[in-house]
Amino acid sequence: MSTVDITAVERPEVSSGRPWTTGRVVGIGVLALYALIAFFLIRMIVVNYDTEFVGRYLPRMLGGLWITIQLCTSAIVMGAVIAFPLALARTHTSRIIRGAAYGYVYFFRGTPLIAQAFLVYYGAGQFRPVLQDWGLWWFFRDAYNCALFTFTLNTAAYQAEILRGAIANVHKGQWEGAHALGLSKLITYVRVILPQAFITALRPYGNEIIFMIKGSAVASIITVFDLMGETKLAYSRSYDFQVYLWAAIMYLAMVEVLRRCWDKLEVRLTRHLKRSEE
Amino acid sequence: MKRPFENLREYPRWRKGELMKLLKLFCGAIIAAVLMTGAASAEMKKVRIGTEGAYPPFNSFDADKNLIGFDIDIAKALCEKMKADCTFVAQDWDGIIPALLANKYDAIIASMSITAEREKKVAFTNKYYNTPARFVAQKGSGITDTSPEALKGKVIGAQSSTTHSTYLEDIYKGVEIKLYGTQDEANLDLASGRTDLVLADSIVLLEWMKTKDGACCEFVGKDVTSEKHFGKGAGIALRKEDTELKAAMNKALAEIIADGTYEKINKKYFPFSIY
Repeated sequence: MSTVDITAVERPEVSSGRPWTTGRVVGIGVLALYALIAFFLIRMIVVNYDTEFVGRYLPRMLGGLWITIQLCTSAIVMGAVIAFPLALARTHTSRIIRGAAYGYVYFFRGTPLIAQAFLVYYGAGQFRPVLQDWGLWWFFRDAYNCALFTFTLNTAAYQAEILRGAIANVHKGQWEGAHALGLSKLITYVRVILPQAFITALRPYGNEIIFMIKGSAVASIITVFDLMGETKLAYSRSYDFQVYLWAAIMYLAMVEVLRRCWDKLEVRLTRHLKRSEE
Repeated sequence: MKRPFENLREYPRWRKGELMKLLKLFCGAIIAAVLMTGAASAEMKKVRIGTEGAYPPFNSFDADKNLIGFDIDIAKALCEKMKADCTFVAQDWDGIIPALLANKYDAIIASMSITAEREKKVAFTNKYYNTPARFVAQKGSGITDTSPEALKGKVIGAQSSTTHSTYLEDIYKGVEIKLYGTQDEANLDLASGRTDLVLADSIVLLEWMKTKDGACCEFVGKDVTSEKHFGKGAGIALRKEDTELKAAMNKALAEIIADGTYEKINKKYFPFSIY
């Protein structure tokens, strides 16, 4: 009796590593392309680095960045204040209130932000005598105020829609439960409905803020020197394309910070839905 | 054992003479194309002209979206003299020099002042007109002195990246300056009272004050002069390497001035000479 030669047993060939599928090849190709573009863009900044140029324009652009941040933050916060009653009005039992709220949202979502900004800024200029009679001219005289006014009204319309959808998304049983417990309508909203609605609204809300940050570049055409305004000015003086690259990096940085905050917020808001690790 | 490259034989091969024939055909086509474009360029040079189209009465669009104005008529007269086939491209003022450098067109005829700062980037022909800059304010504003000290606390508007805006930023430090994308927008804000004054080309302002919107306003102070800021008048901007085009343009310019074409165009727009 001879021993069995184990090595003689035929085994299926074990493939080493992942297979080179078409998807993988294309994916790596695209990534390589990204890396190449990033390399050339960064190289452009490094090679063209000019202390005098940077010293002249970078502080102004940072000033513009600060204006953009102020403008967006104020517009988002004030827009939110308007958005909540607006969202409630959208679902009101009165047809007139519902219609009015719908008309508002309809207009601001249906027209371009740039047209709204022009309408407010140059429109207000045309109605100066009226506005002066009402004592409102001091407000509309300033381009920053006009931009803030337009952005606030615009974002309020979008935020109201997000909020309305999110509130409608909370199950009816939640209302009935709260009612059965004898909670008042306000308490039901604050303690039961809104915390659940915010989970749904969170991501669309983040999108809306990102849209606002990018949309705020419109302010530059009504003479506000926000980040885009300063960039355009620097470009028209220097004819150096890289200022747009800096602006892109600054906008990207703003959006990235926001994205990270939003991830943290989501974890916080959905903490009751997580299973504990026991 | 297979020899390397043996299987290459399996591919179809060029037959004798065939490759040569194809090569001849190819070269012939190239030579013909070069000759044809050469001949065409000898007959009709193609020149693309960039302009703003928002600066009446020098360049603007009429109701049918055709470019009209003094600059446009001068450009057409120059093209006729140069026997060039000209096409017009409208471009926002902010990007008008970068677009020239990016080869979107070959010449800028858009009332561009010849300044030292711009000459670092582009070449200019001789001037084709020269008009002074002036301030305007609302009627009854009481402004007579337009020195930087006297205008402290006022707001002055101007079109961005113009000689007027650089002049204001250099000289009128401590006075608030608002910059606009187009001259029309700057004028609009003066009419509405957001700004107290506007600094711009006197002819452009004069034309505006004839309109309903511009009736609000009047010239204040004297002509604003500064060779350093406003340069030697308006010229045609070209890429620095296009020396041939520059020579042709200058020659054509001299010709239209000599034969009275320039004067005719001038008369069409202004009752006085602006050269």
